[in-house]
Amino acid sequence: MAAPKKIGLQTVYFQTPPVIIAAASIVGPMEGEGPLSKYFDKILSDTYYGEKTWEKAEQRLMQDAMKKALQKANLQEKDIDFILAGDLLNQIVTSCYTARAMSIPFLGLYGACSTLYEGMAIGSMLIDGGFADRVMVAVSSHYSTAERQYRFPTELGVQRPMTAQWTVTGAGAALLAREGSGPVITHATIGRVIDMGEGDPQDMGAAMAPAAADTIKRHFLDTGRSPDHYDLIITGDLGAYGKILAEKLMNQNGYEVSERYTDCGILIFSGSQDVHAGGSGCACSAVVTCGYLLEQLKSKKYKRIIGIGTGALLSPCSIQQGETIPGIGHAVVFEAR
Amino acid sequence: MEFLWAFIIGGALCVIGQLMMDLTGYKFTGAHVLVTFVCAGAVISALGLYQPLVNLAGAGATVPLSGFGHLLAQGAINGVNQKGLLGAFSGGVSSAAVGITAAVVFGYLAALIFKPRG
Amino acid sequence: MSKSIVSESQKQEYAKIATHFRPRPRLWRNIFWAFIVGGLICLIGQFILHFFLDKGMDVNTAGAATSAVLIFVATFLTGIGVYDEVSRFAGAGGIVPITGFANSMVAPAMEYRAEGLIFGVGHRLFTVAGPVLVWGIVTAWAIGILYYFFR
Repeated sequence: MAAPKKIGLQTVYFQTPPVIIAAASIVGPMEGEGPLSKYFDKILSDTYYGEKTWEKAEQRLMQDAMKKALQKANLQEKDIDFILAGDLLNQIVTSCYTARAMSIPFLGLYGACSTLYEGMAIGSMLIDGGFADRVMVAVSSHYSTAERQYRFPTELGVQRPMTAQWTVTGAGAALLAREGSGPVITHATIGRVIDMGEGDPQDMGAAMAPAAADTIKRHFLDTGRSPDHYDLIITGDLGAYGKILAEKLMNQNGYEVSERYTDCGILIFSGSQDVHAGGSGCACSAVVTCGYLLEQLKSKKYKRIIGIGTGALLSPCSIQQGETIPGIGHAVVFEAR
Repeated sequence: MEFLWAFIIGGALCVIGQLMMDLTGYKFTGAHVLVTFVCAGAVISALGLYQPLVNLAGAGATVPLSGFGHLLAQGAINGVNQKGLLGAFSGGVSSAAVGITAAVVFGYLAALIFKPRG
Repeated sequence: MSKSIVSESQKQEYAKIATHFRPRPRLWRNIFWAFIVGGLICLIGQFILHFFLDKGMDVNTAGAATSAVLIFVATFLTGIGVYDEVSRFAGAGGIVPITGFANSMVAPAMEYRAEGLIFGVGHRLFTVAGPVLVWGIVTAWAIGILYYFFR
């Protein structure tokens, strides 16, 4: 017998769609100067956030985002069944170290910058599967911790190519629940890892675009829907050039998406902020989703949104050894209620 | 006049470095550029072609990192002249000792004093 | 090694599209600023060099003193967070001069201070300087050896 809640090859649907009862977003100072600033719960004035190191600052960011989400939902830690969290640092230490301060069972996730969407998909499965009543999904990234791990020390003089993206400093947390009021998650399409042979870590949009396009195509095939079913199609952090490529690939697959398609990495910064191709990092799609998108659903400006969290699954070691960059995209369908 | 040449030659050497990065789509990083400049400077110096550039442009030829390679190569050659084979081992580094030590010491002290700003 | 589910011909086709839409580097702008900023740093070096020559130093000593001064200034500018902006703006104009070499030592040393004095500062100081010194020293040594046998 086929799995009862799976449709097609990669899509699952939720019989009782989990409700996003609360979401919180905290961003760094630069993101706070961007066009979405009014949607964030908190904007830091300093990237150290009062801590000694950026790593500690990132932990505090994630912890504060989780606490803010709990506070908004008027819930305690004991009311939450699981935390699903992830980040960009080696061994996802931000999530692990943050979770040690919470008395909530913890599942660590790694999907690079797609982690929020991976977490929302799995969290929804846990709830609709009857394994949990409430699940917290949280992710974080920090420009300075990511930069020193993946690229160069922050004070090193490096010229960035036009395709380079800027890792968003911030954290997003979403509380999914079986019951409550708020936007719901109706479907999730789990992506395949796609490697089209792009190997430039300064051009991750090009590495991730095929994965995003593949997942979207799969979603439409599995559900029988077409792009005009959605008010908004939004990818995680492809940036300006990755977005062009993803759009091109979707067109090749026969899906015309142009006016309803955008990218979180493009929305979060304005053109004058010298971030080249746009934002990236776990927090990029997370703060845009938890801050901006959910707000649009609540106000019914958009009724149906499909978000595709995108991740570049590379490590500095794999790049130095000449490997190409595998990409992934996970799609989650949000509906206003 | 030497000041003008210092500006022009120094600037031109930097343009070569810039082209290395831009024309390889930034696969050539700053570290690659620095290594290439040191090695190229040393080889050109050994062929006797770097000293004329230094005579013409002064700091315009010694300040870019190819000048560091020139210093290392001339040090090794002078070392061989003075001490024979052992000079090949001692000459290079001793001629560049001021630069190396200054960078290590100042770098160490800066790490103790300053905090990166991100 | 594990293979990708994507075929080689699909990869080639995608590479064509990606190359087509990839933005070109702003070549003339980059060249211009690399020239101006790199030239200016060398010009400042020339003034310092003449200052030491006027003090009666010989050419080699004055050259070494100039390097030391430039390295000191670059270290300070890196410390207060200015030098990385210079190179971000001027590219090789900030990287190729010895000031860029100093920046490449100071930046990682500062950054990894939190990992301690031995493995943080002591180790990371040579992140970029290490390769430069290794290649420079080996090249100079090889030149010395060749010179010894073929002079």
